[in-house]
Amino acid sequence: MPAKKSLAMLLSSILMLGSTQLMAAPSASMLADTCAGCHGTDGSSIGPAIPNIAGMSAEYFNTVMKEYAEDERASTIMGRIARGYTKEEIASMADHFAGLQYKSTNQKLDAKKVAMGGDLYQKNCGKCHDENGALADDDSGILASQWLPYLQYSMEDFQAGSRAMPKKMKKKVSKLSADEIDALLQFFASQK
Amino acid sequence: MKQIKRRDFIKIAGATAAVSAIGFPGIAAAAGKKQVVIVGGGTGGATAAKYIRRADPSVEVTLIEPNEHYYTCYLSNEVLSGARSMDSIRFGYDGLRKHGVTVVHDMATGIDAKAKKVTTKGGKSFSYDRCIVAPGISFKDNIAGYDMAAHEVMPHAWKAGPQTALLRKQLEAMPDGGTVLIAPPPNPFRCPPGPYERACQISIYLQANKPKSKVLILDAKDKFSKMGLFKQAFERHHKGTIEWVAAKDTGGGIKSVDAKAGTATTGSGDVHKAAVTNIIPAQQAGAIAITAGLTNETGWCPVDHKTSESTIHKGIHVIGDAAIQKPLPKSGYAANSEAKVTAAAVVELVNGREPGTPSWVNTCYSIVAPNDGISVAMVYNFVDGKVAKVKGSGGLTSKDSSPADRAREVQYAYSWFNNITNDAFGG
Repeated sequence: MPAKKSLAMLLSSILMLGSTQLMAAPSASMLADTCAGCHGTDGSSIGPAIPNIAGMSAEYFNTVMKEYAEDERASTIMGRIARGYTKEEIASMADHFAGLQYKSTNQKLDAKKVAMGGDLYQKNCGKCHDENGALADDDSGILASQWLPYLQYSMEDFQAGSRAMPKKMKKKVSKLSADEIDALLQFFASQK
Repeated sequence: MKQIKRRDFIKIAGATAAVSAIGFPGIAAAAGKKQVVIVGGGTGGATAAKYIRRADPSVEVTLIEPNEHYYTCYLSNEVLSGARSMDSIRFGYDGLRKHGVTVVHDMATGIDAKAKKVTTKGGKSFSYDRCIVAPGISFKDNIAGYDMAAHEVMPHAWKAGPQTALLRKQLEAMPDGGTVLIAPPPNPFRCPPGPYERACQISIYLQANKPKSKVLILDAKDKFSKMGLFKQAFERHHKGTIEWVAAKDTGGGIKSVDAKAGTATTGSGDVHKAAVTNIIPAQQAGAIAITAGLTNETGWCPVDHKTSESTIHKGIHVIGDAAIQKPLPKSGYAANSEAKVTAAAVVELVNGREPGTPSWVNTCYSIVAPNDGISVAMVYNFVDGKVAKVKGSGGLTSKDSSPADRAREVQYAYSWFNNITNDAFGG
């Protein structure tokens, strides 16, 4: 667009709109950096109840934030936060976090359970959460090396029905015992 | 092309915007090495230092802070219950040094806005292109007799550190059956839910160790932050231990103390001799902000919300509790968020560019029982030249939230603590 024309358009928009509309949207890093107080610098959490969000799929980020904002997905605080952003702002943050490096966690885990979880993973989860849950899938967060307490909260919500599971997952989960679920989550948490 | 276009448009758009926009190129031209001096190494100052270096490593950042360690105010109430150690709330500055920040342990004693220099108690002088002042709070003399000596007898513990340890020691030493008197300050003050979380944490300790004891809150206000949730917690977890009394019933709360006699007197003349007395005085911006003339008649620092630049002295930005950033609260998270907005703006300004549009968040947890956490959160945007709450966002934990969710909020508070402190001080 020629500079003169765009200037004319800007000037005409001044007459029509208030100053609110004139402000450019905050940059992706400006928006995303406000998350760091809870989710860690660059989306890498060192608090085990709060998930790492670095490197997650942009599509999944957008989906999750929409679900939080509309109370379709259970949360204590994320619904309150998600309702503070426009769709465009959320998309901007989604792209930002998708481009950040997912950092492995170091957690104290039960080696026996991890081994047991590995077998269960092959039989139950591997078809969808492939590569041991390390991929940034468009319909799932990164599970590999994710914090165990966060994974446990997520599974509690799935089982309580306050967070929706795909049919296939529901079928699998319903057949697993509490010990088996625990072992699976420990397996995911143990990945590097 | 883009910049010229935007500047032309700003000139036409409005006189106020034009003044600040025209100011940038001159400053950038004058700068050889881009130097930022930050006064105060709390959550706001530390975060600003780190985020400037992250955004532009060519900017030299000097942080001036008298103490070698910072004790966070947030979660310091858990030290009072014994749930947390002093070590767990202590942070040093090696993380910032790893980011290339020059950390100077000295006390800033003056800021010359014209000469663009910060002077220190140690006799040093630091030149800056932009200065960020993050001095926290200082106390007003609203309670007669509450002098420096009285601080050691009736600790405020509102700047975490030795005062926190002293208050804990007094709680340990008090006899069973005694009363702990808490005198919360009038608005506005650092950490609005803090006094009431403190009452809960002290009650946790007393119920476990000195069950005949009480916590009496004689407030300088008739209402307070998260009031409904705290009253629920007092009823649910601290019935018979915590009693809260509104200002209207005591003539405005505690008005004077006699540290030698160990007494505190309300506006209506009632004299209280408690086993432990925790006086939290009225507050204003930290001393250096007052010395530097950055405060107005309120005792706090007026700033342009887009950049946190002082509206009194150009070239100096004020962040954290000391700044007037309402509706952002005086909280650690808000200081961290303001610091990032300001770091981004300062990087643009020292490079001769126009600062972008800001965005802020506040998230604040209070732990009211070992498995009961509550929170307040809000997203803020920039509307008509000011910080504003985004309508429909934020709010409080529901009074009806399940015990499982409340237990999670405690865990979220702990994880929040790990992340915010690492975001501010981590290497």
